[in-house]
Amino acid sequence: MFLAAAIAILVAMVLALLRAFIGPTIYDRILSVNVFGTKTVLFIAILGFLMGRPEFLDIAIVYALINFIAMIAILRFFEYKKAEPSPAESEEQS
Amino acid sequence: MSAILDGFSWALLILGGFICVSGAIGMHRFPDFFSRMHAASVTDTLGGTLVLMGLMLQTDGQYLVLVKLILVLLFILITSPTGSHALAKAALHGGLRPKLGSKQDEKDADVLNNFGHQPTSDTDSRSFNTDNKE
Repeated sequence: MFLAAAIAILVAMVLALLRAFIGPTIYDRILSVNVFGTKTVLFIAILGFLMGRPEFLDIAIVYALINFIAMIAILRFFEYKKAEPSPAESEEQS
Repeated sequence: MSAILDGFSWALLILGGFICVSGAIGMHRFPDFFSRMHAASVTDTLGGTLVLMGLMLQTDGQYLVLVKLILVLLFILITSPTGSHALAKAALHGGLRPKLGSKQDEKDADVLNNFGHQPTSDTDSRSFNTDNKE
């Protein structure tokens, strides 16, 4: 029963990583990384019950905190930037 | 009594896993960024709560584990909608606009450009409509 839920969450994580690789904009990548972090928290909690070691829940709490703070920091960095780099920036290197 | 609780917990875990997988499939099938974000964020919250409630029925009187699970659930419930809201706001400021359904919608008044709009950055005035306001 725990194994079925763990396999389902692993499939969701693989699909989120695919969206992170082929995302057209940077916001797609941020969204998929956020989804991946939430699924990682659930996966760690399920693994703790699967192996009979409930101490893994501390790691899950810490990972949820780190995921949220990292996402807010990345959004602060990209909030007032353009979605795609302008072609003038690539011409400045010549 | 224990068998009933085991069956209920099993059903919650399977349902949560199914909802997580459906949200991840929805991230690939929708055409627009905002619809993808909607699918992913809603299924994140619901699937996470279902899986954690299924795990709560398996604690067998260990109250410390139950308290930790409630902490994780409260944190997911608070932070996932907050992160989605911040992401949508950042995407709107970055110049993305949602794809509207038909060309009749494009001929109508653009809600995002006329809704008491005060540009806060140099990318706010950009839109996908090339014709000027008359």
